[in-house]
Amino acid sequence: MYEFQSQIGFPILTLLTFLPAVGGLAILFMRGKPRLYKSLTLAVTGVNFLLSLVLIAYFDRYSAEMQFVEKAPWISSLGISYHMAVDGISVLLIMLTALLSLIIVPASWNYIKDREMQFFAAFLFLETGMIGVFCARDLFLFYVFWEIMLIPMYFIIGVWGGPRRIYAAIKFFLFTFAGSLLMLIAIVAIAYLARANQYATPVFDMDLLEKATFSYSVQIFAFLAFFIAFAVKVPMWPLHTWLPDAHVEAPTAGSVILAGVMLKVGGYGMLRLCIPLFPDAVVAIAPYILVLSLIAIVYGALVSLVQKDLKKLVAYSSVSHMGFVTAGIFALNVIGIEGGIMVMFSHGLLTGALFLMVGFMYERLHTREIADMGGLAGPFPVMAGFLLFFTLASLGLPGLSGFVGEFLSLMGLFTYNKAMAAVASIGIILAAAYLLWMFQRVMFTGLRDDKWYKFPDFSLREMASLLPLGFLAIWAGVYPNTFLQLIQPSATRITEKIAPYLADHGGAIERLFASLGGLF
Amino acid sequence: MKTATLLIPLLPLASFIITGLLGKRYFGVKSHYLSVAAVAVSWLLSLYLIIQVERGEELHWTVYSWIAAGSFKVEIGFLVDQLTAVMLLVVSTVGFMVHVYSIGYMKGDGGYYRFFAYLNLFMFSMFMLILGNNFLMLYIFWEAVGLCSYLLISFWYTKQSAANAGTKAFLVNRVGDFGFGLGIMLIFVTVGTLSYQGVFGSVNLIGSGTLTAICLLLFMGAIGKSAQFPLHVWLPDAMEGPTPVSSLIHAATMVNAGVYMVARANPLFAGSHTAMFVVALVGTFTAIFAASIGLVQNDIKKVLAYSTISQLGYMFAALGVGAWAAGMFHLVAHGFFKGLLFLCSGSVIHALGGEQDMRKMGGLKGKIKITYWTFVIGALAISGFPGLAGFWSKDSILAGAFNSGYWYFWATGIIAAFMTAFYMFRLIFMTFHGKPRDEQAFAHAHESPWSMTGPLIVLAIPSVLIGLALGLPPEDGHIDRFLEPVFEAVKGEVHAFGALDIGLMIFSALIGLAGIGLAWLFYVKRTDLPEKVGARAGILYRLVLNKYWIDEIYFALFINPVRALGRGLWRWVDAGMIDGFANGSAKFFRGVGVVIRPAQSGKVQAYLFSMFLGLLALMAAYFILTL
Repeated sequence: MYEFQSQIGFPILTLLTFLPAVGGLAILFMRGKPRLYKSLTLAVTGVNFLLSLVLIAYFDRYSAEMQFVEKAPWISSLGISYHMAVDGISVLLIMLTALLSLIIVPASWNYIKDREMQFFAAFLFLETGMIGVFCARDLFLFYVFWEIMLIPMYFIIGVWGGPRRIYAAIKFFLFTFAGSLLMLIAIVAIAYLARANQYATPVFDMDLLEKATFSYSVQIFAFLAFFIAFAVKVPMWPLHTWLPDAHVEAPTAGSVILAGVMLKVGGYGMLRLCIPLFPDAVVAIAPYILVLSLIAIVYGALVSLVQKDLKKLVAYSSVSHMGFVTAGIFALNVIGIEGGIMVMFSHGLLTGALFLMVGFMYERLHTREIADMGGLAGPFPVMAGFLLFFTLASLGLPGLSGFVGEFLSLMGLFTYNKAMAAVASIGIILAAAYLLWMFQRVMFTGLRDDKWYKFPDFSLREMASLLPLGFLAIWAGVYPNTFLQLIQPSATRITEKIAPYLADHGGAIERLFASLGGLF
Repeated sequence: MKTATLLIPLLPLASFIITGLLGKRYFGVKSHYLSVAAVAVSWLLSLYLIIQVERGEELHWTVYSWIAAGSFKVEIGFLVDQLTAVMLLVVSTVGFMVHVYSIGYMKGDGGYYRFFAYLNLFMFSMFMLILGNNFLMLYIFWEAVGLCSYLLISFWYTKQSAANAGTKAFLVNRVGDFGFGLGIMLIFVTVGTLSYQGVFGSVNLIGSGTLTAICLLLFMGAIGKSAQFPLHVWLPDAMEGPTPVSSLIHAATMVNAGVYMVARANPLFAGSHTAMFVVALVGTFTAIFAASIGLVQNDIKKVLAYSTISQLGYMFAALGVGAWAAGMFHLVAHGFFKGLLFLCSGSVIHALGGEQDMRKMGGLKGKIKITYWTFVIGALAISGFPGLAGFWSKDSILAGAFNSGYWYFWATGIIAAFMTAFYMFRLIFMTFHGKPRDEQAFAHAHESPWSMTGPLIVLAIPSVLIGLALGLPPEDGHIDRFLEPVFEAVKGEVHAFGALDIGLMIFSALIGLAGIGLAWLFYVKRTDLPEKVGARAGILYRLVLNKYWIDEIYFALFINPVRALGRGLWRWVDAGMIDGFANGSAKFFRGVGVVIRPAQSGKVQAYLFSMFLGLLALMAAYFILTL
């Protein structure tokens, strides 16, 4: 019954997904042997990263079809199957996930003092959940991985977090879980509705669901349910307030994964489920989502500007940056969608790196208050160089990854509506403001405390965890086509799904912005 | 030609990477070797390219596809034509001279390697900016030179003022780039390409309203980069950077990028009367506005900074009235003499151990002779002294304004020219003439080393001669004919040079001399006059002394409200409303929990009973739904 079609001779998706979980189980039997379980974690995440590279290498980047398909019956009576497959978008995000999961291992090597074994195990389970979400082609399977992802993260924040970890963890859990529940209801509903008179069982298979058509009202409700679940993850304004708390309390590695991968799961879900399954609803609701995205871009940036805690500043900047993701995606054209995906990729690299850096700085300074810093470029020139690089990349300096995504996203939005693009562009000015002002207050001007000269600059271990991210940021900035080629067929396929419905849109908000656009 | 074009930017880039990575540990005080050598070779290759272009060759070369997303395609490619050649001449020559000069000026600085690495990065970016063949490349390297500017302004980062100035420069430029970016998008949406060739080829297909919008949006970027009113505020503060940087980036090259952009996009601008008028208006207004502030500055570099803003205004005025070649001519001449003036001021500052306040200078004429004479040459050139570079270039702008019928632009330009001569010689007289006002600093003053005075002498030569070489006869000089192919689409009717023009020329020369004379009266002959006039002028004097309070206005209107808004949103919306709602609903459910707690009594029979009820309810629901 089990079948797989793959460019390579083994079920690579299953391997990628479950290898970490197997490693995590193994670790749980290694109590008291920290070197062993840390090495094993490193090995597992390392192998997984190599596997993700193999996946990219064998991926046919000119095809829009789902690839590396694996299928096995699971709960046949309910039409649920173990169905895994990937397209270009999944592949890119899987690579990002595997890379960040690998990087956080050395970065957390000496960071966790308490229940270290469980910490590394939790991360391995988390990786399984994340990669599974990007591979699943069955809605039920998708939901299972979605929840698997939630639980380790809840513990990572709640057990290994900062002083207000319990509050942050519960807030994280409640926001996310409320979204998940809505999604579960919607999943069951559409699985039964799609059955109609065609199939004997409910339909959970995404391939089949994409072919099904739902009535307009069903589309609207199901779309909103999925959308809210994903919007919490992104997070879109006004569902974002769990994020700053979760980030500030989470340990460094938790923040890296949270910002680097888990936020992307939201954007990915919108691309994978919301748009292809409910194209009619998308077209109608997109203008409102775009308005929320614009609010997120400007609002996140304004709030970042006044943050006193470095980590909180980066957290709020994520709200603003992820606004570009949703703005690009819901511009509903190829340029915007590719832009949104590039912003996701780039944001994963850059914010991952920024959170790592905040962690490394905290290990030395024991503070994250910007006011306590200042003049750090003197004692820590290498740190200053890295921070400058990631700051500039994050504020969208051309030649680095941030620019390509943001520009394409804006370009897509501009094609959709000029005035909206103008509003979103304000976010680019503000990004420069909060990031450079932060950099200035942290690294420039006089040193607050001479004792910091006693602390060492970045070690090789720390540089090694940042360098791959920097390298990819340059690559994606100088030759973005490597990544754009990967996602182009999938992005095109998504827009083809919406195309028939695009003709008759034009809600109130649309008209408002169109009249503003007339100013150009 | 391809190899040369490729090497010109890549050599400084390679040097940047090597010096930046290895400089601190391995090169130390020798960091400039590689850096200067790379730029020297780039300079030679630039001269080669210019000669090739002079011979009639052009280069259109696509190197690789940079971004391809759906219908949006942009290439990295090169375009070398006459306009590029003119820019290359200024950028490579001043760049090379500033590199040499920095060897002496930056000697002993803790960040010596860093300085040369940044300078190299700047040269790379600036070369790419002028060599690129599409609007997006222009934008990319526009931002990249902005980055270098940021890094070099805040080079001495431990100083609060330097750190502030760097951030300010980047931010103000971002405001301009906001428009630039939207302009690029509008171009793409309208014509479907961003390559110069493609866009200029389809100008006729663009509606007139859209064309005006495109031009004004692009021009917004130029206002930022070329420090025109109202985005000029960053340039005076940028003087916090080391003086060679002020000379290279903030006088001779980067700030010209805006002028280059408008000149490059001449087929677009020429199609929009409104846009042209705005360019001319902003340029002319900035010319006189900045000159008026320059009249009362006491910091030697600030005087030059306001002068730069004012002179850039002239260039825009020229482009705006359609005197395209005159604008480019002034760009070249200004690049040389303003680069020279800044380097001279650096030499003065060096001589006085870092002093920049002219009120503490005086009498240096005999002590630093080379600096003095080259400074005077530069000052004469910018004041429009007959025969020198500025005379020809400024005059061709004024003539262009006059002949195009905008007499008020011409009149404003004349007044600004008078101010220019005055503040430049105020600077010369305060610095070099009279009695030393700070005896101690004066006693230690010394002439700079050869690495610094050499570039002064080299740059003094074009400051004298370039006008004669390129600008004769006026309006039909070598540069006019050389640039003809670039401005072919926008050529107006040929204007015959006549008696009126000679009259205007003599008039503007006299205006310049009058300015010099007045400065002599105020600062040599009757040194009590400035104070008296200042007291008489009252509010007017305070207005210019405080730079029209523009910075304060921006703080009150934009910066403080934005911060307050951010704080308000964070405190009231995030913490107050959204979390208030979330926590409120959590409390609600806790309340619900208290009410329904008895349900979880732990008694199995109670559970069984409720399960039975639930089952009944489900069956009822199913029954009703399937009816």
